[in-house]
Amino acid sequence: MEEVAPEYDVVVLGTGLTECVLSGVFSVKGKKVLHIDRNDHYGAEAASVNLESLFKKHGNYTKGEEPWKKYGRANDWNIDLVPKLLMSNGELTNILVSTDVTRYLEFKQIAGSYVQQGSGPKATVAKVPDGPAEALRSPLMGIFEKRRAKKFLEFVGSYKAEDPATHGGLSLDRCTMKEVYDKYGLEANTRDFIGHSMALYSTDDYINTPGVAKEAITRIRLYVNSMARYGKSPYIYPLYGLGELPQGFARLSAIYGGTYMLNTDVDEILWENGKAVGIKATMKERIEDGEGMKFETKCKTILADPSYFPGKVRVTGHLLKAVCILNHPVASTDNSDSCQLIIPQSQVGRKHDIYIAVVSSAHNVCPKGYYIAIVSTIAEGTSNHHLELQPGFDRLGRIEEKFMGQPIPLYEPLESGQNDNVYISKSYDATSHFETTTDDIRGVYRRAAGEELVVEGLRDGQNLVTDE
Amino acid sequence: MAARNPQGGRPGASNSRFAQFKLVLLGESAVGKSSLVLRFVKDQFDDYRESTIGAAFLTQTIALDESTTVKFEIWDTAGQERYKSLAPMYYRNANCAVVVYDITQASSLDKAKAWVKELQRQANENIIIALAGNKLDLVTDSPDKRAIPTADAEQYAKDSGLLFFETSAKTSENVKELFTAIAKKLPLDQAGPRSMRASATRPGVDLRPEAHSTQGAGGCNC
Ligand SMILES: Cc1cc2nc3c(=O)[nH]c(=O)nc-3n(C[C@H](O)[C@H](O)[C@H](O)COP(=O)(O)OP(=O)(O)OC[C@H]3O[C@@H](n4cnc5c(N)ncnc54)[C@H](O)[C@@H]3O)c2cc1C
Ligand SMILES: Nc1nc2c(ncn2[C@@H]2O[C@H](COP(=O)(O)OP(=O)(O)O)[C@@H](O)[C@H]2O)c(=O)[nH]1
Ligand SMILES: [Mg+2]
Repeated sequence: MEEVAPEYDVVVLGTGLTECVLSGVFSVKGKKVLHIDRNDHYGAEAASVNLESLFKKHGNYTKGEEPWKKYGRANDWNIDLVPKLLMSNGELTNILVSTDVTRYLEFKQIAGSYVQQGSGPKATVAKVPDGPAEALRSPLMGIFEKRRAKKFLEFVGSYKAEDPATHGGLSLDRCTMKEVYDKYGLEANTRDFIGHSMALYSTDDYINTPGVAKEAITRIRLYVNSMARYGKSPYIYPLYGLGELPQGFARLSAIYGGTYMLNTDVDEILWENGKAVGIKATMKERIEDGEGMKFETKCKTILADPSYFPGKVRVTGHLLKAVCILNHPVASTDNSDSCQLIIPQSQVGRKHDIYIAVVSSAHNVCPKGYYIAIVSTIAEGTSNHHLELQPGFDRLGRIEEKFMGQPIPLYEPLESGQNDNVYISKSYDATSHFETTTDDIRGVYRRAAGEELVVEGLRDGQNLVTDE
Repeated sequence: MAARNPQGGRPGASNSRFAQFKLVLLGESAVGKSSLVLRFVKDQFDDYRESTIGAAFLTQTIALDESTTVKFEIWDTAGQERYKSLAPMYYRNANCAVVVYDITQASSLDKAKAWVKELQRQANENIIIALAGNKLDLVTDSPDKRAIPTADAEQYAKDSGLLFFETSAKTSENVKELFTAIAKKLPLDQAGPRSMRASATRPGVDLRPEAHSTQGAGGCNC
């Protein structure tokens, strides 16, 4: 096995999406990157796993049995650990395009975006309106409300941050979203689906916060524009699962000279005057005998996911998540092969929304005839987490298998990293998309590189494609 | 940009056939994988190349005859094989693979055999695999440098159903022949690196900004 170089500019620990994008960007910008993961696969918390791994991870079967065998080849399953979708006009899409990582991936639309109104037996599920015209057809509102919603969405559609004439006479930098809703006379239920299934806020905290109006309007615009891009829903999804994303960015990093080592444990961080200056690590395959390959290398900067520095992060909340295997589409979703269904918190007496993300064999994540539905929310209690997800399970009908682990702690770094050279990312949060992930990517980059991340033109530096 | 979608035979248009396939390179580090690609695609060789930059995604076409053209979408390892860290994405949907060893390094054939096993286990079952014993030029002048007898590798390739060539990326000996043999063996009627993927009839979305135009009624044109 080849010697590891004695020094790198950047050592990256963990191959989650955030780390792989950053690794790729640093490599493209000419930094010498060593990228390590303790696991034998890419993706860390953002990996996609096969059905056998999922059963084994949850241990929800009798020893000696192999329940995954009745679901076809285990390797035909790619089940996401993170329940998220890409906004087709979102920042991750922008980064994918700017770096040409799209070359390694193929995307498909998510077939529909739905929202629940009411609860229990009276609950209805309807398409989220995708703009003023659609609002007029939506069963979510009565005829008068439809017109008000249409007016509101027209206002959002013509909004331009830099042109006060489009701000509807409101000072959007300072006012609350409540003031905006009030101006259009929108009813509580309408505010609910706009705020939760279009602006994609998972709590109602945004409504009364001064100055959030602008952000909320920008988020609705992102939804509407993402929707307009391909037509069926604002979401796209990579064939073979979200685990393809970190792999694609790792490949980008490698092409620009990044060195990759899986199966590698970090034994020690080397410190000098309170600053990280290197690592000691051991690369060893699980099945391999002996000591493995021990090495030490210096570095100027360490980037890591929270699991590599448990003492430097705090818990901000817990994600509840259940992976459900179905053999039918979800009711009231037009037999869609995939969808997002949001149950706004107020509809079911909660503080946090419940999200359901459904993908299927159309996305090469499971054999024909199956659907993978992931139900998730933020934990509000300390027990009975199953009941917190129940309104989501109620939407799914018959469930073949359900995998629900312990609440997943969500971490954020205690410090910026500027004092100790250790720049830590946040956990993948409960939002249904990657917009907060890309915010974190930008944040880590800003802290570690001391400049804003500009992805536009990243691919222009070097032409990697040779078409004859 | 390489074509995103499978382009199988073009029925009706003419008698010409054009097919595109994903080809991956595998083998131990430094056996000459990138060099073989560079020779095949650009007809170049560089003794001092160390980095794989620029050779990670190339395309090259071969005209089998006047009416049949095969386009290879070639994925090099980008060095991720160095510490056994190739991603499954790499060989996903590969239609063909060139597994390379260095005829002057005995251990490199063992590595190649391990890769063949891995491909037969993981990759799609119709994958065409070629075994290439590279650095043939090194033994032309000094035969004692050879560590792997041709007959041994040839026998192994035959037993395992692989195409087999001894090549030199440096002199270009057998390089064209290697890729042409693969092209001839590929099933041209089920062409396309993505033909094994979900639905050839409804291809995925194209993310490039210039590629879409379905700005729906509600779009805000921003
Ligand atoms: C001119 C007119 C004629 C109507 N004729 C019929 C009818 O023949 N049969 C029938 O079943 N319903 C009729 N309605 C009632 C109306 O169709 C229903 O109230 C409405 O479809 C159901 O409410 P919504 O969810 O659409 O409420 P929204 O569209 O959200 O509107 C509710 C608001 O509209 C106003 N509103 C609602 N109903 C009336 C009303 N009757 N008069 C004045 N303002 C009202 C109220 O201010 C209320 O806050 C009529 C309404 C109007 C305005
Ligand atoms: N003599 C000789 N050297 C070669 C040949 N092919 C590759 N090399 C050299 O072997 C080294 C490794 O080649 P490279 O293509 O980077 O190998 P890779 O790691 O398998 O991609 C380089 O120094 C090449 O110049 C060959 O056919 N003959
Ligand atoms: Mg190489």
